[in-house]
Amino acid sequence: MLQYVAQRLLLLVPTFLGVTFLAYAIMLMAPGDPVDLFFAGGIAGGGEGISTDRLAEVQEAKEALRRDLGLDRPIPVQYALWLSRLLRGDLGESFKDRAPVWDKVRDRLPVTIVLNVLSLVLTYVIAIPLGIYSAVRTGSRLDQISTLTVFMLYSLPSFWVGTLIIIFLCGGDFLAWFPPGGLRSLAHDASWPLLQRMADYTYHLAMPLLCTTYAAFAALSRFMRTSMLENARQDFIRTARAKGVSEPMVILKHMLRNSLIPVITILAGLLPALIGGSIIIETIFSVPGIGQLSYQSVLARDYPVVIALFAASSFLTIVGILLSDLALAWVDPRIHFGRSSA
Amino acid sequence: MSEAGQGYGGRVWAELRATPRANWGLNIVVLLAVVAVCADLIASDRPYYLNVGGERYFPQLRATGVALGLAEWPEELRNADFRALASQADAAWWPPIPYRSTGVDITGDVFEPPSAEHWLGTDALGRDVAAGMVHGTRISLTIGLVVVAIQATIGILLGGLAGYYGGWIDIALSRLFELMLGIPTFFLIITVAAIFPPSIYAIMGILGLTGWVGIARFIRGEFLKVRSMDYVTAARALGVGDARVMFRHILPNAVAPVLVSMAFGVATAILTESALSFLGIGVPQHLVTWGSILSESRGSTFAWWLAVFPGAAIFLTVTAYNLLGDGLRDALDPKLEVR
Repeated sequence: MLQYVAQRLLLLVPTFLGVTFLAYAIMLMAPGDPVDLFFAGGIAGGGEGISTDRLAEVQEAKEALRRDLGLDRPIPVQYALWLSRLLRGDLGESFKDRAPVWDKVRDRLPVTIVLNVLSLVLTYVIAIPLGIYSAVRTGSRLDQISTLTVFMLYSLPSFWVGTLIIIFLCGGDFLAWFPPGGLRSLAHDASWPLLQRMADYTYHLAMPLLCTTYAAFAALSRFMRTSMLENARQDFIRTARAKGVSEPMVILKHMLRNSLIPVITILAGLLPALIGGSIIIETIFSVPGIGQLSYQSVLARDYPVVIALFAASSFLTIVGILLSDLALAWVDPRIHFGRSSA
Repeated sequence: MSEAGQGYGGRVWAELRATPRANWGLNIVVLLAVVAVCADLIASDRPYYLNVGGERYFPQLRATGVALGLAEWPEELRNADFRALASQADAAWWPPIPYRSTGVDITGDVFEPPSAEHWLGTDALGRDVAAGMVHGTRISLTIGLVVVAIQATIGILLGGLAGYYGGWIDIALSRLFELMLGIPTFFLIITVAAIFPPSIYAIMGILGLTGWVGIARFIRGEFLKVRSMDYVTAARALGVGDARVMFRHILPNAVAPVLVSMAFGVATAILTESALSFLGIGVPQHLVTWGSILSESRGSTFAWWLAVFPGAAIFLTVTAYNLLGDGLRDALDPKLEVR
């Protein structure tokens, strides 16, 4: 077991290096670079109507900026430098405002974590009991309704739901039950009592939370129900009932435990979102979290920020897969390490 | 068709048709395909038939011919304003939605709510939303199908190689699969779409190149299982080449479940493309897609019709392909016969 874990941990390294190098190469091979983008802002139309010597001056300034940002070096060198800085705990500076990337990330991390932890908890708290109920009372009215609802939710694009919520519930020409975005009210003040501040945050985050939760919830419940039903048909369930195991025990111990596999696999998939946030939802609702930062940085070609966030979410993806493999082995004694794992 | 004479495909088809949900999915998929193929006949600013002073024209037909390089516009119709022409014509038969998806209507009203003239309203440039939706179907379906074709090709090829040959090829390819799994896909897609020039082909490429790992891993497992079976050994003993063994003998036994992931894959690809259009990256500005109409509603929250209709189309399409995928999975799995 320990040997397997060590082996897997070692394999993390080349995977992580491969993924981050790939990201680095793609970004730096893209046509045009951030320097062009900065200058395009200042000189409309790419230098039209500027005299030749002014143009030469601009070119020189561009080159200087490229040197300054390290963009003049070959990609492998840039990557190696980035990696060595990363090992020393330095994520680099943003191209946009020269602020340390870590500062930007730190400012936005709490919102994203709160949003996604809440969403994760809600997802599991609703999905697991519902999955159990569906399996126990298969074909009942509530099961039919919930199965259909879950299926619809599963196919419902969250960016559509988010947009509809903004149009119909957040001001505009229709209802104004929720704010259309942001994290707190304009009047929000640190001197407010804790409860009032909490209420303000809840009021602002309720709709983004709804959107992030329903998608994960739908995915989880679908797998949960199928998995419970598959197990309900197994011989060991009949055996357990036949030998007089009480019904709750049959369901919780025999059926549920064996149905946890998809629950765990999905958790691995949700882990990156915990830090990475939801790019779409945060953008729609202007939640100042990591997802919004990713989107803005990608648009601005702020490579140091993009690469740092990319590396972080890739790391979490890999770790998520590893954790789910280990957890699978923990709930399913039939899975052995080593030989059969390729 | 008699039960006894049915092949595997026939049985799966019959079961798919007999399951109401899968059947609905299939019907919607077919309907969408028809809309996509006939988009020009449903929504176009060229009449089917035009009779000007005894001279008969079939502008829509001719436009198709011109697009295919088979015909030329007659001199009098070149750059013609068909709407003006039709008002003087003796007879003009229009498509049900007499607008072009990209046609900017300068004289018409912008942000017009759904009306008899514009069934689903117009957008900020006066473009007809219904026409945009009809032509958007074509874009969405093309992207969905092309992306899935790329994914399946790569997945089957690499998965098959890894599973069939084993050894170092398998080790190397499995590392590649692991690498692909470690990529935050949506982040990568957004990054690539944002920094490369907007192009629908680039979107197809990047979606196709990122989503194949599931298929590859599945095919690899199947090939591993099957490669030492008697019929494979027999084929090889007869001197059948590797490629023929892989594609003629093993693949047909492993490919059915890939259809399930392909059905879900279409849904995912359409969803991702719409999300990109919605965020305004990757898809060229002049193109009208479901996602791009939806994204227009972000800046103009009063124009509810810009959000409701295209979103519903995305939802319907994704639902249909998911229903089809579910139905295929159930139909292919003999264990689930009893429900």
